[in-house]
Amino acid sequence: MTSSTVTPPAGRVTAPRRRRADDVAGLGKARAGLFVAPALIIIGIFLLFPAVWTVWLGMTDYRLTGLQAASPEFVGLENYTEALTDPAFWNSLWLTLIFVVASGIVGQTLIGFGLAWSVRNITGWVKALIEGLVLAAWVIPASVASFLWLALLDRRTGTVNALLGTEGAAWLIDHPMEAIILFNIWVGTAFSMQLFSSALSAVPPSQIESAKMVGASGWQQLRDVIVPNIKGHILTNTLLITLWTFNTFTPYLVTAGGPNGKTEILSVYIYETAIPGGQLGLGAAISLIMLLINLVIALGYVRVAQGRRKR
Amino acid sequence: MAGITATQLVKEYPGGVRGVDEVDVEIRDGEFFALLGPSGCGKTTLLRSIAGLEAITSGSLVIGDRDVTNAEPGVRGVAMVFQDYALFPHMDVGDNIAYPLRIKRVKRDERRGTAAKVADGLSLQGLIERRPGQLSGGQQQRVALARAVATRPDVLLLDEPLSNLDARLRLEARTFLKELQRDLGVTTVFVTHDQAEALALADRIAVMRAGKLQQIGTPREVFQRPNNTFVAGFIGSNPMNLLPAQVRESRLAVGDATVSLPPGTEQLVREGQDVVWGIRPEYVRWVTAEEAGAIPAEVSVVENLGASVLIVVNAGDRKLQVAVPEDQEPAPGDRGWIVPQLSKTLLFDAETTERIG
Amino acid sequence: MTATPAKTGPVTSVARNRTVRQYVARVLFAVLMTLVGVLFALPMVWLVLAPFDATPTLSLEWPDWTLDNFARLAENPYALRSIGNSLILGVGTMVIVVGLGALAAYAMSRIRIPGRDGILYALLLLSSIVTGTAAMVPTFQIITQLGLINNYVGVLLVLAGGILPTVIFILKDFMDSIPKSYEESARLYGAGPFRILRDVVAPIARPGLAFISIWTIVQVWGNFLVPFILLRSPDLQPAAVLMYTFYTESGQADLRLISTFALLFSAPVLIIYFVVNRRYGFRFHGGIKS
Ligand SMILES: Nc1ncnc2c1ncn2[C@@H]1O[C@H](COP(=O)(O)OP(=O)(O)OP(=O)(O)O)[C@@H](O)[C@H]1O
Ligand SMILES: [Mg+2]
Repeated sequence: MTSSTVTPPAGRVTAPRRRRADDVAGLGKARAGLFVAPALIIIGIFLLFPAVWTVWLGMTDYRLTGLQAASPEFVGLENYTEALTDPAFWNSLWLTLIFVVASGIVGQTLIGFGLAWSVRNITGWVKALIEGLVLAAWVIPASVASFLWLALLDRRTGTVNALLGTEGAAWLIDHPMEAIILFNIWVGTAFSMQLFSSALSAVPPSQIESAKMVGASGWQQLRDVIVPNIKGHILTNTLLITLWTFNTFTPYLVTAGGPNGKTEILSVYIYETAIPGGQLGLGAAISLIMLLINLVIALGYVRVAQGRRKR
Repeated sequence: MAGITATQLVKEYPGGVRGVDEVDVEIRDGEFFALLGPSGCGKTTLLRSIAGLEAITSGSLVIGDRDVTNAEPGVRGVAMVFQDYALFPHMDVGDNIAYPLRIKRVKRDERRGTAAKVADGLSLQGLIERRPGQLSGGQQQRVALARAVATRPDVLLLDEPLSNLDARLRLEARTFLKELQRDLGVTTVFVTHDQAEALALADRIAVMRAGKLQQIGTPREVFQRPNNTFVAGFIGSNPMNLLPAQVRESRLAVGDATVSLPPGTEQLVREGQDVVWGIRPEYVRWVTAEEAGAIPAEVSVVENLGASVLIVVNAGDRKLQVAVPEDQEPAPGDRGWIVPQLSKTLLFDAETTERIG
Repeated sequence: MTATPAKTGPVTSVARNRTVRQYVARVLFAVLMTLVGVLFALPMVWLVLAPFDATPTLSLEWPDWTLDNFARLAENPYALRSIGNSLILGVGTMVIVVGLGALAAYAMSRIRIPGRDGILYALLLLSSIVTGTAAMVPTFQIITQLGLINNYVGVLLVLAGGILPTVIFILKDFMDSIPKSYEESARLYGAGPFRILRDVVAPIARPGLAFISIWTIVQVWGNFLVPFILLRSPDLQPAAVLMYTFYTESGQADLRLISTFALLFSAPVLIIYFVVNRRYGFRFHGGIKS
């Protein structure tokens, strides 16, 4: 769905509040309530309610078809024990971890920063071209992007095989995880690149110049001036990238979780369990576990951001 | 046209700050009334309460013969010029001026006509089609005025309308404003923290401090007979000299020197009372030969004000400011005498800070 | 300018060392950039070239130029309809989201509601957590219960629910930055809240509203999961889902059709995005697509 987000500056939660505009238009509480209500109702039914509903659903044996579809029964924590004792779940969680760390935290963040750092001092068409390509990969619809990668890695006539002279190499079967990791980097790096670009341009030039004056090398400038200045951005970037990568369903379009579940990351696992597999109750239970993990990540971030503020 | 009467007006902000504290004021029909005071004293709050932009906590407000304490701003017959002018950036000057008429459902042609007429009156010819962003500060200010007067309001409220202009333009706009107000005869309440502006423009001035009224009076009254030491110090381009003193044997001991009591206060003080003695720098003379009532002093600082010179002198252990004509300018370190003009001296109670007499 | 040889010696050698180092660094840098560029470019070049090739293959090659593929695509009954469907979903969601979002953002920006910022922030976070796959099952179930499976209303509402928090967040930011004296002066002349919203707030917030509208369409345009789960009939499917079925369900993939469709489907968002990007800068990039 829409893993949409603006980029709240790190630690926004605790930022000092500016004095707010009062009811300058004479709206009044009642009318304000009317203005807010429709949006809140939609959000409530289609965003909040599903989240809460997951809790109940996860405790039933609800199924897509058959007897339990008509009259699901309450089964308590059975789904949770089933999920948590199923090696397939732990395997999926492990795959997700690898996927998030390799493609999100390491891949997108590092390459995104590298790109932002590299193009910051060049101008003209080279910069425009590189940024444009990276952005385009981010903007094109996921189903197109995944097809482009299927074509790229095709066994018989794929471009990669043609270029490397490795005709017949089945990348998606022999190295499926590496493939979706690269694919996800390709798709998502633009976000980090842009975030870091704007962060870098906001570092006061005078600080970098003072570092240069005392003879700091490029690496030292990075460590002593740039990174401390953009810490907040790094934090925000890491949180968003982690959440997005954790929840993304797009790799399904490339490998459909296969072969043999080797790329069945959590989102794909839930889909496979719930919709084709028909076990809605179990799917909901795993969804809830996923929500909780998301929440832990988000709270951890808020913690770190707050800690940073206090210092 | 209408007068404004506020009775025991209180505006308390959430959190307990009293922006306006029990203010009683009666502004007469057609009067040019200034609200004067230091930053944060509640001038804007009082103005906005009159406009209805702030809900009054307690007290009552009457405009003309209507009690508008709880009325919506739109029905009070007031217009306001905001400090930032609040011209709508997406409308041209004509539409801006005509906007109040549009709300009142005046037809387009008619309101453009009225707008053009008002604009002419404020020398805005030829600017009707421009957007606010394409105008100078002075022009923007006049457009804001034009919009405010376009509906012929009963009351015109101005919140520091001149403070965004540079010093020279401000003088021009001041004259302009005065003329406009006289021509329209509209009751005008004018907020400023610049005492010179208030003295120059207003028929009457209300001086405020921390939400409370300190004094209401004509410019002459607040200048010459300030109610308390706060008003005395606030009004005047050079603040009044306010020196702690003590009543001794029907005279006043100011540091080492003694001076006569201000006329008319003799019966109002008691022996040994602690008071504050006030005299404006303009009413003290600097002389180089001793004369009756003169106090010996030494010049420590000389500030050039153009046509006159402001000197700071040490008289014993007290410091005073004295305004001296340019041709009598002394040098720092010069010794001489200062002579206060007795009839212009004032006496304040040291405890209550109220004027005595 | 004269300098003694004794002094120039060491100076030039330092300079020479430096230039050599810099030169090597520059070449390495260029090579690296080229590699990254190639990685990002390969799939993209195929996307642009293949549709114009009379006989496209999966690998990158110089096309045998033709426009026939587009003519053929026009004849496919599903292709154009699906683009139309995407448009309906995009514009429909946009109308709901911008209309309701603007009202809500305005009220939230102007009325003190205790804990408002916290709630908004929580919703925003939730929308980026819940809208992934985690809420897939309950969403599916609610829509089934409401009888809205295979119905655009269901898709529109679910999409709107996911997007609204972000919309409100961004629009509120916009409205917060509108000086309150604008509204106050309109109010003094007797304008009511709706009037003020229409005459003053909306025109001033127009860049924000325009941006949000485009952003919403782009979001919905590429959204695969929601229609994939909630729609059944092929005639209702938007382009994002059709694209997927094109290359998974047909036995022998028709590359001429797929490549052309892929380009046609991607072009609008690419164009919109680069125009918006130029106009509004990074402030909003975070949200434009994930
Ligand atoms: N919305 C508000 N909420 C709480 N306190 C407020 C609010 N607006 C003003 N105040 C407080 O009320 C007092 C009076 O403010 P006001 O704006 O009326 O001052 P002012 O005399 O107009 O000052 P200035 O010359 O700086 O404009 C101040 O202490 C201010 O901090
Ligand atoms: Mg003020």
